[in-house]
Amino acid sequence: MKTIIFKTASAYLLPLLLLFSIFILLRGHYLPGGGFVGGLMASIAFVIHSFANGIDKTKNIMTFHPGFLMPVGLLLALVSGALPLFFGDTFMTGLWMENAVPVIGKVGSALFFDTGVYLVVIGVTLTIIFTISEGL
Amino acid sequence: MNNPYIVLPVIFQLFIAVLLMFSWNSKNIQKLISVTGSLIALVISILLLVKVNTEGIQIMQAGGWAAPFGITFVADTFSSLLVLLTAIAGLAVSVYSVGSIRNARVKFGYFPIFHLLIMGLSGAFLTGDIFNLYVWFEIIIISSFVLLTIGGEKAQIEGAIKYVTMNLLASVIFLTAIAILYGLTGSLNMADLSLRVAEIENRGLVNVTAVLFLVGFGIKSAVFPLYFWLPASYHTPPPAISAIFGGLLTKVGVYALLRVFTLIFVPDAFLSTVIMVLAIFTILSGGIGALIQNNMRKVISYLIICHIGFMLAGLGVYSSLAIAGAIFYLVHDIVVKTNLFMVSGLIFKFKGTYSMRLLGSFYKEHPKLSLLMAVPLFSLVGIPPLSGFWGKLLILQGAIEQTNILVVVFVILGSFLTLFIIARLWSEVFWKDGPELPEKKHIKYFNALKPLKRRAMIGSILFLSLISLGIGFGAEWVMRLSIKIAENLMDPTQYIQAVLGN
Repeated sequence: MKTIIFKTASAYLLPLLLLFSIFILLRGHYLPGGGFVGGLMASIAFVIHSFANGIDKTKNIMTFHPGFLMPVGLLLALVSGALPLFFGDTFMTGLWMENAVPVIGKVGSALFFDTGVYLVVIGVTLTIIFTISEGL
Repeated sequence: MNNPYIVLPVIFQLFIAVLLMFSWNSKNIQKLISVTGSLIALVISILLLVKVNTEGIQIMQAGGWAAPFGITFVADTFSSLLVLLTAIAGLAVSVYSVGSIRNARVKFGYFPIFHLLIMGLSGAFLTGDIFNLYVWFEIIIISSFVLLTIGGEKAQIEGAIKYVTMNLLASVIFLTAIAILYGLTGSLNMADLSLRVAEIENRGLVNVTAVLFLVGFGIKSAVFPLYFWLPASYHTPPPAISAIFGGLLTKVGVYALLRVFTLIFVPDAFLSTVIMVLAIFTILSGGIGALIQNNMRKVISYLIICHIGFMLAGLGVYSSLAIAGAIFYLVHDIVVKTNLFMVSGLIFKFKGTYSMRLLGSFYKEHPKLSLLMAVPLFSLVGIPPLSGFWGKLLILQGAIEQTNILVVVFVILGSFLTLFIIARLWSEVFWKDGPELPEKKHIKYFNALKPLKRRAMIGSILFLSLISLGIGFGAEWVMRLSIKIAENLMDPTQYIQAVLGN
């Protein structure tokens, strides 16, 4: 699928889709969306890029192996779940900031949990896809 | 009593897994993290058991959502005892893996997945929510799929297909049962369900749901007639993985049976007869299956089935004494079965085969090791005062008290079958003069291993043998604990009060 149209489009689609996936991630607290869907969307962005330019080019634009995102995301989710334990609350209790942050709104520990999910999903999906395409 | 920290045994395992994933490429650091992590997990679970034993049932409402709406974690004596046993078996297998797991498997993430499995097991024991129990079961089976197939040998894949198919079927049945139960009561909290199920007038529907749970858990714990996936798959992965499977995976099904059939569904005459008959056939089919096998690991796999029958018989009799026996036997069985698979792996490292016909003269060549291996073997038979004896004694006492002659007869028959099988295994593997075995090229023999690896394998067997001896000689303490657990199971008001408040 190395048409010039697709190739050119993919260069613009990659940042757009990544941005959109972050939007979906942030939207997910009260509305449809969230870490899982956002993560899938972000990995689709990379998959489209690899369709157009070949898997080696896609690997080049990432400075590290996507598998590294798995423990990072898990750790983020784990810490945000376990954080309340240090304040004497139970596991997974939502902790919220007193004041709202501009644009995003009030930030709570749920956002970090979701971000963790987002990273794990990207890591797992891309690792699977890269491993399969290496075997072909 | 509210205690946010009872979830620590679960999240600590996840933490170890994350640490292990960060050091994906360095196998020595992974081994170090796994062993020290398992040690800390053991300390945590000992603290949990002590706390629960002195201060009563501890609960945690995840996210601060009160029961019956949120997910509740409950640590009563039963759960925390099993969490402790999981930690003990986890530590032993982790040390054993240092010696026996090949580097290729470590490279594909053996250790992280192993700790995720332990996390799933601890979670299943601690949860007080039936749907959450299903989720932990899923975590357990997904991790076990990976462990079973990691390395990708032909025999492993073949075993894994049977294992995966049957376990997915069991999950579907379990999930269906949960859905029906939710439709009947509108609740998923086990304590709440206990109250609501008792009020349902349509007993027929309740019994159907109960049987669905029985089938679902029955497949997972390898109860007759759906046990055949177990001996078809447990002998295929490396011995360290078989050890954790044989020790804990089927036992989590037994735990679920004991919990659900005392707390939610109190068996009526029909249901306890069904459980009893299943138990009898499980004892028979496991025992007879083990008789005709030649592969050492298959013999042990069939013995697992046979002894699941003992615990089920304890539940079938349904008196606090018999259930105490089942719990005592569960405690003993987790330690011994884990140990036996490790023993078989060690013998393989010396001889290069699992076939009992080809093995022999192990006692002549390694007398000290053979004496060490005799401990789990004879504990399994239940020679007094070793650990297997006391559990069976309690089950028999309970059955005689209820004049349940059938269970008495078959438990004794099962014990004699076990005795015969172990005696045969002992004489074939240890006493008989074995033929000279040809050196196989693809096996790394014990003497070619580094001293640290050798010590790790023998040390973990020694550790579990000591625990077995401890259970046998400290039987009074374990017995008091299991009788206390059984009384709490038979009369769940304490449990319900702790979860729901009043």
